[in-house]
Amino acid sequence: MTETPLLVVEDLHVEFTTPKGLVEAVRGVGFTLGREKLGIVGESGSGKSVTGRSILRLVQPPGRVRAKRLEFGGRDLLGMPESELRRIRGRRISMVMQDPKFSLNPVMTVGQQITEAYRVHAQVDRREAVRRALEMLKAVRIRDPERVYHAYPHELSGGMGQRVMIAMMLIPEPDVLIADEPTSALDVTVQLQVLAILDDLVTERGMGLMFISHDLNLVASFCDRVLIMYAGRIMEICDARRLDEARHPYTRGLLNCLPQIDAAGGADLPVLTRDPAWQEQGL
Amino acid sequence: MTDMIEVEGLNVTFGHGKHRVLAVRDVSFHVAEGESFGLVGESGSGKSTVIRALCGLNPNWSGRMAMAGNRLTARRDKPFYKLVQMVFQDPYGSLHPRHTVDRILSEPIAIHDLGDSERRVARALEEVGLGPAFRFRFPHQLSGGQRQRVAVARALILEPRVILLDEPTSALDVSVQAEVLNLLRRIKRERNLTYILVSHNLSVVAHMCGRIAVMNRGRIVEELSVAQLRERAPTQAYTRQLLTASLGYDREAVARFVDFTESA
Repeated sequence: MTETPLLVVEDLHVEFTTPKGLVEAVRGVGFTLGREKLGIVGESGSGKSVTGRSILRLVQPPGRVRAKRLEFGGRDLLGMPESELRRIRGRRISMVMQDPKFSLNPVMTVGQQITEAYRVHAQVDRREAVRRALEMLKAVRIRDPERVYHAYPHELSGGMGQRVMIAMMLIPEPDVLIADEPTSALDVTVQLQVLAILDDLVTERGMGLMFISHDLNLVASFCDRVLIMYAGRIMEICDARRLDEARHPYTRGLLNCLPQIDAAGGADLPVLTRDPAWQEQGL
Repeated sequence: MTDMIEVEGLNVTFGHGKHRVLAVRDVSFHVAEGESFGLVGESGSGKSTVIRALCGLNPNWSGRMAMAGNRLTARRDKPFYKLVQMVFQDPYGSLHPRHTVDRILSEPIAIHDLGDSERRVARALEEVGLGPAFRFRFPHQLSGGQRQRVAVARALILEPRVILLDEPTSALDVSVQAEVLNLLRRIKRERNLTYILVSHNLSVVAHMCGRIAVMNRGRIVEELSVAQLRERAPTQAYTRQLLTASLGYDREAVARFVDFTESA
C-alpha cells in the first residue's frame, strides 16, 4: 500500500438532526485505502457503517455529510453531480450489505438481478451478460451456477445468498468494495469461505477492500490494517498482524473481554471501562 | 452426583407428511446438578430445538427426557416451570414491549402465587446489576445488555434450579457480552444452578461450560471436555473444522474445508 491511494478520507463528519437534537455519528474520521484489506472495527453505534455509507453518498437526509476531503482516484465524491456519481457507484466502488434477505429482490430470479446490475454499467447484449453472470457465480464458488441463476432468493441458503450478492457487486469489476458486515449472518465456516473469495480478489485483481465488522478477532486474522472506531472517532490504526500490541486502552479492552478457548473456564472476563476522554479525542 | 437433566434418544420433528423434517435425531446426554453443559453447532443443527423440546416449546418429540428425576411428558405443569426457566437470544423480541420491567418481573410471581412481589422484584433487579431506577422503565428505554439482564432477572425470579440459555449473548456487543457472561457465571456459583448453554460460538461455550456436545444435522457428532478442546484434540473431523474456523481466518485452512451438510 504505497502507490497512490484509491480512497482518501479526511476529516469526515456525519450528523443527523433528530427530534432530540443533533447526533454526530461520525466526528472527524480520516484514512486512506490502497489496494489492501482495511478493516473498520467498532461496537454498535461507533459510526463504522455510516462511514462506509457516506463514501457512496448513501446517507439520506436528515443526515448531513461533510469532509475536508473525500476523494476517489483524485476526484471529489462529495461535490460531484449525482449523474457523475452514478457512474462510480456500483461500477468503480461497490458495496455489500449484511443481510442478503433484505438486499436481494424477492420477486426476481438471481440471474435477472445479476444481469440487470451488469447491463446498467456495461454496454453488452443479454447473451454476454448471462455468460458473465454464470461465470461470476462460478467465481464465488457456487457449485451449480445454472440452478442458482434460475432460483429466487428465498430458495437459497444464507451463505448462497451472500455469495450471490458478492457476485452481483463484483461483476462490473469495481476498484473498491465496501463490505458492511458481509458475513455476520453466516455460520463460521461459510463465513471464512466467503472471505476467502474476497481475499483472492484483492490479491488477484488488486481491488481495495473496506471491511466493516464488529468481530475484532476475525478482522485481525483477515485484514492488512485495522482501524478501531469508538463514538464516531478513530481511536487507533494498527497493523492487523500486530493487533495484540495495540496500545489504545479501548482496543486493549475490546481484545481482553473476548472469551478465549485457551483460557476457558478460568477467571471472569475483564470488563471494559469506558473513559469519557475517548469521546473527545481521536486520531 | 445425581443427574439433573437426562435426555435419551430424543427425536424432534416439524411438519407432516412429505414435509416432515427430522430436526433432532437420536440425541442423548446427561447433565449433573450444578454443571454447565454446552450445545454447539451451526444454524440448522438442531441445538436450539433440543432445549426448546426440553422446556416444552416443541411438542412433537419422542424419546425419554427427565428433569430432577421426573420423567417429562408432553404437557408440563406449573412446578416444572418453577424448576426450569429459559433465556432467549433476542432481548428485543423476548420482552413485552408495552409492559414495564416491574410488570415483566411481577407476572411470574403472580402466576406461581409466591407473594411478596415487592421485595422479590427489587432483589432480582439488584442481583442482575440493575438499580431500582430501572424498575418502571419500558424495554425500549433500555439498551440490549440491560434488556438481557431483565430477561435473566425474569428467569431467576422463580428461583429455578435449571436455566436453559439459547444464544444469550449473540445479539450483544463483545464488551456487553463479557458483562452478561460474568453475571451468568456469578449467579450459577451463588445458587448452584444447572445450565444448558446453546451457542454457535465455540469460545463462549468453552468459557462457560465444562462439557460440550457438538451438533450437526440434528445429531450429536461428539461430546468432549473443554480440556480436549484446549488441547485441540477433538476426535471428529467436523469438530476439528469448527475449531479451526473459530480460531480465525487462515487462507490455507479454508482451502481444506470440507462440506459436512450433504452426507448423512
